[in-house]
Order: sequence, then structure tokens, then C-alpha cells
Amino acid sequence: MFFAIVMVLIVVGSAAFHFLSPWWFTPLASNWGYIDDTTVLTFAITGVVFSAVVLFVAYCLWRFRHREGQKAHYEPENKRLEGWLTALTAVGVIAMLTPGLFVWATFVDVPDEASSVEVIGQQWLWSYRLPGADGTLGAADNRLVGFDNTLGISPEDPAGQDDLVIEGGELLLPIDRPVRFLLRSVDVLHDFYVPEFRAKMDMIPGSVTYFWVTPTKTGTYEILCAELCGTGHSYMRGTVTVVTQEEYDEWLAGQMTFADLST
Amino acid sequence: MSAILVFLAVLALAAGWWLARQGLMVKPWLHADAAGAIAHAPRQPAAQIGLGVFLAVVGSLFALLISAYVLRAEMGDWQAVALPAIVWPNTLCLLIASLALEWARVGITQDDLARARTSVLVASAAALAFLAGQLFAWRLLAAGGYFVNSNPAVSFFYLMTAAHGLHVIGGMFALARTFERIWNGDKTQRIRLSVELAATYWLFMLFVWVILLLVLSGWAGEFLSICGQILSGSGIG
Amino acid sequence: MVDIPHEASESAPPAEIEEMELPHAHGWWSTYVFSQDAKVIAVQYAATALAIGAVALVLSWLIRMQLGFPGVFTFIDAERYYQFITMHGMIMVVYLLTALFLGGFGNYLIPLMVGARDMVFPYANMLSYWIYLLAVIVLVASFFVPGGPTGAGWTLYPPQAILSNTPGQQGGIVLMLVSLILFIAGFTMGGLNYTVTVLQARTRGMTLMRMPLTVWGIFVATIMALLAFPALFVAAVMMLFDKLLGTSFFMPTLVEFGEQMSYGGGSPILFQHLFWFFGHPEVYIVALPAFGIVSDLISTHARRNIFGYRMMVWAIVIIGALSFIVWAHHMYVSGMNPYFGFFFATTTLIIAVPTAIKVYNWVLTLWRGDIHFTPPMLFALAFIVTFVNGGLSGLFLGNVVVDVPLSDTMFVVAHFHMVMGVAPILVIFGAIYHWYPKVTGRMLDDTMAKFHFWVTFLGAYLIFFPMHYIGLMGAPRRYFESSDIMFMPESAIGLNAFISIMAFIVGFAQIVFVFNLLWSWKHGKDAGSNPWRATSLEWQTPQTPPGHGNWGKELPVVYRWAYDYSVPGAAEDFIPQNQPATVTHEAPA
Repeated sequence: MFFAIVMVLIVVGSAAFHFLSPWWFTPLASNWGYIDDTTVLTFAITGVVFSAVVLFVAYCLWRFRHREGQKAHYEPENKRLEGWLTALTAVGVIAMLTPGLFVWATFVDVPDEASSVEVIGQQWLWSYRLPGADGTLGAADNRLVGFDNTLGISPEDPAGQDDLVIEGGELLLPIDRPVRFLLRSVDVLHDFYVPEFRAKMDMIPGSVTYFWVTPTKTGTYEILCAELCGTGHSYMRGTVTVVTQEEYDEWLAGQMTFADLST
Repeated sequence: MSAILVFLAVLALAAGWWLARQGLMVKPWLHADAAGAIAHAPRQPAAQIGLGVFLAVVGSLFALLISAYVLRAEMGDWQAVALPAIVWPNTLCLLIASLALEWARVGITQDDLARARTSVLVASAAALAFLAGQLFAWRLLAAGGYFVNSNPAVSFFYLMTAAHGLHVIGGMFALARTFERIWNGDKTQRIRLSVELAATYWLFMLFVWVILLLVLSGWAGEFLSICGQILSGSGIG
Repeated sequence: MVDIPHEASESAPPAEIEEMELPHAHGWWSTYVFSQDAKVIAVQYAATALAIGAVALVLSWLIRMQLGFPGVFTFIDAERYYQFITMHGMIMVVYLLTALFLGGFGNYLIPLMVGARDMVFPYANMLSYWIYLLAVIVLVASFFVPGGPTGAGWTLYPPQAILSNTPGQQGGIVLMLVSLILFIAGFTMGGLNYTVTVLQARTRGMTLMRMPLTVWGIFVATIMALLAFPALFVAAVMMLFDKLLGTSFFMPTLVEFGEQMSYGGGSPILFQHLFWFFGHPEVYIVALPAFGIVSDLISTHARRNIFGYRMMVWAIVIIGALSFIVWAHHMYVSGMNPYFGFFFATTTLIIAVPTAIKVYNWVLTLWRGDIHFTPPMLFALAFIVTFVNGGLSGLFLGNVVVDVPLSDTMFVVAHFHMVMGVAPILVIFGAIYHWYPKVTGRMLDDTMAKFHFWVTFLGAYLIFFPMHYIGLMGAPRRYFESSDIMFMPESAIGLNAFISIMAFIVGFAQIVFVFNLLWSWKHGKDAGSNPWRATSLEWQTPQTPPGHGNWGKELPVVYRWAYDYSVPGAAEDFIPQNQPATVTHEAPA
């Protein structure tokens, strides 16, 4: 009896916490509203299932609690009931999975017009490289990393000479323009994560990973490392600021190229 | 991970086939037996089933090693290393050991203890020769400047031969135990079981070695990576 | 070595399964220490696992001290913090849960429930425990080597795990890997026993479909563990090579402090594939025994047959098989080929279906039952709540695109603690309350049990339910310091403090449980042989606690399935499995 009441309280309390607490997604600042929508849909379906199951258990606990002379009903199985429940579950799963897969298809497919920004992680610092006037990033390799070339950019590759290099500074992005983040690491695994953008991806030394995003709201956001990368993991922060195109162009003009830095 | 998935798929098929014969569809609540109405099929000795399960575990270990090897070999900078030629005579030794034990297995069903004893001795000698040969293969590689950390292909060669070699050494203990039983004139039933277990184990070691050789020599490498690509779309790895 | 003689009785034909030779103990050492009796080994396993689990519990307090009150406890620096979370995670998952479910409950229950005298390879079974103990000692030793235990996170991802900016890279990581290798070797010996005992040593009449679900769960989990642990074994050996011999299996070209390392050409992703090829089945290696045990607890204490037994068995087998093809859902944002996301999201969500069926069948077992609120039942009911909660949050993380913002955040931490921390631990408690009377012959104290239950259940729910929302905000996991993140509101700091306080309370409540275990051993109420009036074989032993060889002179014969509760027309509300049918009852289809 007492337990039945507790069960009801758990459902009511969890729902109240969900709707009334101040803790929720940070305000969205990118095109990935779909991810939020899929999450909310998942909350709705799973919330209903959780409440239904626990409330039903509460009902059973109250209705079928042991009393003198009571005997349980003998019923080994009920094919039809189990069949219906299975089908219903399958429908719920499909309802969550299908939109998820469609959104994922957009997530992995970078639009052609996206501009590239290379992000380089190292313990425990973010650096960036932007393509220069030629619009392409030069080759890079961890074997080339040294004290005078901390990002391992190839000095031989002419395409790399005009690349803009930002070491440990702030990154600016223009609003409403898709960006392809190319992610590299010079030491261990890191993960480039801006909660307001919703997207993230690990960075692996020796390979280049990617994701894309279109910033939709101006402002300054914190970059967090989301893959354990050693003692300083939680201090590996940076900032990205989304600005208008004019401000962006102005900022871009003030950055140093790889050629400037190496001379 | 294609190699391990293929391996597990084979195991799953075997398990499915076995389960299908265990009456998984019956409704157990409908059949309560009366006293004295229960028949029971005789069973194989537990040790044989135990060995089978153990070999599945060992197989899974090697399938995973091969998976890792294939995943690594698919990467662009892979440099294969020619196997030292001695692995081929080594393979012959292992083959002789396995054949000798099969010979013992046949002998023991006819209660021919002398034959079993000779075969086990031959198998032991051949197995020792195999191990010595494998050690020599390492020496050859090292003499050629290929140490365990020289390049990934060599690292895998050392790792896989070491893993296989340790299992072969384990098999030597089984052989010694079998020989001891024959020598002491243990119960025939026990000797027979012992010989059968040893023969099965060594056959499996031969099988694993042949697969490893095919992979390491690169013959299977290409074939497997193609299979992997077909199976998992560009290779889950 | 003395054979227990078998004498055929007149009522039943002689057993055709071979009587096994049981090693007989001579003296105290071989009875209680180097024992080959599965029941003693089970208690040894359980005691060791609970002891090392207590260490992990203390570690969790230390973690929560830092998270709830950052900067207050200055002896916790970032290095120590990462060592705490690593050891907490690894101990809980491998050395407590796996060892307790399979080594503890598996050893105790399998032979008794299938009507065997003991495990089929008692010597290997004993070795299994001692190697496990050695693994635990090696693990604990890493706290005392220079540099301390590894702080690489329980996933031990290279390259970071063996590089110098990670705590414990001198000795700690080596001891961790060696300990894991030992654990796997020891487990394999035990696992062979559990598997072959179920396959070969079932007594007459015990068909597979008459086995209690506990045995099914442990059996399938053991097979999975036998096939999945080699992946961890291979990964650990390869990482040891990388660390000690300078190979580059997992180590790409990389730079540390501006210095080129000698590594080159390895693949960190390869490690992740191997790790999760073990790691995901591991979740079910813990979950399936819990599923099985909870089915039996609910059925027994609701006095009702488990609803849909066949579906339950099939679901266990299907979940076991499917769990081998979902591993990469831990790697959606690992940088692997993103197109794998489609496949793994689909397989992952498919697993939800058989899992949901199991939940429905537990609930439907309660429906129209005769529910007794005994301590085991309370824990089983609490398991349903936490497992449903944690299972449903798994649907967020399995659905690849929803996982993108949530992976590597506190949401993940909350999810897996709810589903494979709290839920299985509740089952373990329930199971201990249920079988303690068989192990010791005495009941655990009811009042202490209820206190322990309510504090543990409600406290754990209050810890982990709100934690999801911290992750939803975007707070990453494994953060030594998260209160200074820009978007974190002041209120989140208060929430973290609340969670920590709950964690301390729940932790301290476990002292009551341990006290109850020790106190009742001597002073508990006498239990009799079958206090729960249960049907399965372990309650039908001639002695309680069961003697050496379990069954006295003659093996039991099984005439019916394990769930004949409240059969219409029967005199009692349960019919033991070894009671022959006199009149065939009318069973509704």
C-alpha cells in the first residue's frame, strides 16, 4: 500500500521536476534544432511509457497486495497480449528512430557551400587554422610538429602558406554561414564541443574528423573538451564568438598567416 | 571487426541449431511428469564439452587478433613484412604432431596402448621442434633488424606467434599428462578420454596456426579485407 | 577422492547422468579456504567482491565531495580525482558486478538450481577464485605504487592512458592491465564451469525449459562473457606491448610537450572497437543475471508463475546475441566512419523490443498476483522502476543524433548508473535477502532490511534522476571542475551539492546492510529449509545450509517447471519442482 503511493509520487515528482526545474538545454545557437526536436519527441514517448509502467505497477501493488485467503491467478502466458505489447513497443521505437536517422543523414552530409575551419587540439589548448585567400588548407602532419611549428603545417605545401593560424586565441564565426569543422589533434583524444551548437566530435591524433554547423545566433559561447585528455581536461576551454559578416571580415583581416609566422 | 563477427556468426549458427533441438517451443507448464516417467539421454563426458567451450573462447581470442590485424592492415601506411622461411618447416612439425595424435586417437579406440604411447611421444617431439622453430623465426627477424616495435606488421607477427605459442605450450602439458596416464597404466577409459582431448586440442592449434599463417603471409589479408568491405561496407574493421 | 555411492530407489529409474567424484575436504583449510565446493567458492567470491565494492563506494564519496563542493576538500586535486573516477568505474563494473553475479550467484545457484552435486570442474573453479583474488590484490596494489593508480578513465583510451599527462602512467596503468588479464584468465576457468555445468550436470527431468530464469540469465551471460572478455584481453595485451615494448598498436604519431614521441602508425580507434566489443556485451553480462534473478524474486513473492516464461527465455537469448552487434553506439562521436551510425542506431533500438517484453512480463506477473512485500520483493519492485527509467534514457543515447549533444556529458553518467549501477545492485540486495536464509539457515532482520531498502532506493533515485538534467545542460562528464562553465546557472551548483549529500546518506545506509549480514549470521531468526515457500530445487535440499554434495544420497528428480505457483486445485500455493504429478492439472492454455 505504502509502496503504491511511493510509486505514484515517483511519477508525479519526476514529471514535476522535468517541467518545473530550471535545468534544460542551453539556448540553441545553431541549425541543429532538429536534434532538440528529436530529443523532445524522445522525452515525450519515454515519459509516457515510464509513467504508464510505474503507475500500472502501483495499481497492481494496491489491488493485488496480499490479504488473507487471496490466491494468485494462474495464467502462464497470453500470446495475444504479449503480441500487442510487442507491436506497440516496435511502433514507439520506430517513431523515435526514423526521425533520428533522417536528422543523422543531414548531420553526416556537409553542404558544399560550407567553409572550412580547422580546429587543432593539444593538451590543453585550442588552436585554429583558416584557409587563406586560395580557399584551401595546406597539408599538415603531426610528424612536422615542433617548437616553431606547433600545428604541424607543411612548409613545403604552397597551399598552406596563406593559411591563417590562431594559436590559443578566440575563434570568430560569421552568422548564418555553414561551417565545416575539420578536427585534428597533436597528442591525445580531445572532443570539440560547444553545447549551444549541440554538435560535437572526437579529435584523433593521426586522422582528421569533421562535423558541420550553421551558427544562427550571435554571441560568445564556451568551447569544452568532451573527451578525457589528461589531468587538465576540465580546464581545456576556449571561446567561439558568432558575429555578423562585416565584423568577421574585419577580424579575419587582422590574423597572421603561416608564412608570416614562420619568418 | 569482420573476422570476429564471422566467427561469432558461425558459433551463433551452431548454438541456434543446438537450441532448436532443445524444445524451446514447448510450453513447460503443460507437462508435469508422473513419478518414474522420466527418461534421460546419456551424455558426453563433461571434459569434452568443456574443451569445446574452451576452444570457442580461444577461437574468439584469435579471431579478435585477426580482426585487429585486418583493421590495421587496411590503413594506408601498412608495410607488410616477408615471413621468415622457417615458418614453413615449423608448420610441417605442427602437422606431424597433429597427425600423430590422430593416429593415437585411432589406436586407442582399438585399445592399442603401445601405439598411443609412441604417437604421443612423436607428437611431443614434433611440438617441441615447432616451438624451437618459432623461437628461431623470432631470432631471424631480430637478426634482420625487425624488433617487436620496428613496425606494425612485425609487432603483429610477434604478438600473434607469441599468443599461439603460449597455447601450444599449454598443449604440451596436456600431452605430458596423457603420457603420464598411459605410462602409469591408468584406467583405459581415462586414457582414451585424455588422448581424444589432446588430439582435438592439437588439431585446433594446427587449424589456428594455418589461419594465422594465411593472414600473416598476406594471402588471406587481401581476401579478408575484400570480404570485410563487402560485409560491412568499407570495413567496420 | 571418494565416490559418493549412488543407490537407485524403487520409485525412479537409476539416474543416467554420471555421479561425479567430489573432492572431499580434509580439515579446516580445504573446507573453508582452499575449498573446491562451489558454495564456499561462491561465498568467497561474494565477500571479496563486496569488500572491493566498498572501496569503490568510498571512492564515489570522494568524487562527490569534489563535484558537490568544489574547492572545499583541497586534498582532492585533479590527478587524484581522475584516479578516483577510474578506479571507481573499473571496480564497480568488473570486480564487483561481474564477479558477484557470475562468481557469487553463479557458483551458489547453478549447481543447486539444476540439481547437480557441484560444478563439473571443481579444481578449476577453486583456481578461478584465487586468480580473481590475485587480480583484486594487483588492482589494489596500484594504489600504493609511485604515481598511484591509473587515472585514464575506466575506458582506458589510448594514447592518453599511457602518456605522462595522465596520472598513474608509471606503474598504475601496467598494474591495471595486468589485473584485467588475470581477471579474465580466472573468469574463463569459472565460466567454463558454469557453462558446462548447465549443459552437462542437470539432473534428470531438468530440461532447458524447466530451468529457473536465474539459471538462464547466468548461463547466457556467462557464454557472452566467455566470448566478449577476449576482446578486452587482446586490447589489454596490446596496450601492455605499447607501454612496455614500445610497439604502436594504438599509438599514432604524436607530440608530447613539443617533443616527438617514438610511436607512430597505430590506431586509437582500434582500441575503442576492441574495448566496446567487450564493453557493450559487458552491460548485458551484468544485466542478464539481474533479469533472471528478478524474474524469480517477483514470481516467488507474488505467488504467481512468471508471466510468459517462453518469451522471457527467448528474450534472454535474443538480447544476448544482439548485444554483440551494437558496440559502436558508444562511439557515435568517436570519429569513426559516421555512416556506421545508421546501422548501430538501428540495432541498438531493436534491442529495446525484447528488453521491453521482459519489463511487461515482470509487470504482468504482478498483475492478479498475491503480492507479499518481503525485502526481496521490495528490491525487485525498485529494480523495475530504476531499470525502466535507465532503459528509457538509453533510447536517447542509442538514437545516434540525440546522442550527439548528450554523449560524454553527465547525462550518460546518470543513464548508466541508473541502468547498470543502481538497478543491478538493487537486484543483488534483493537476491541476498532472498538466498541468505539458504546460505546460512537464518533470516536477515526485517526492520534493518526495510530501512536499508528505503534509504537506498529513494536516495539512489534522487541522486541519478536529477543528474540527467545537468548533462542535458551540457556539463561534460569527467570534469574535475564544472561549476565555472559559463552557461551553468548558480542553481546547478546547489543541485550538485544536493546530489552529493544524498550520495553520502545512501553510502552510509550500506553500513546497516553489512551489520545485518554479520549480525543475522548468528542471531537471525531460524529460516527452516524453505522460508519463502518457493518451488525451485535449491529450496528442496535435505539440509539447510546444503551439505557437501548438495543432495545427500540421491539426486533430486525434476517433474515440472519452476513456476507452479497458485496452481488451481493444488493444496498449497506452490508445488516444488521435484514433486511428481499425481493428477494432471487442467492448465489453461
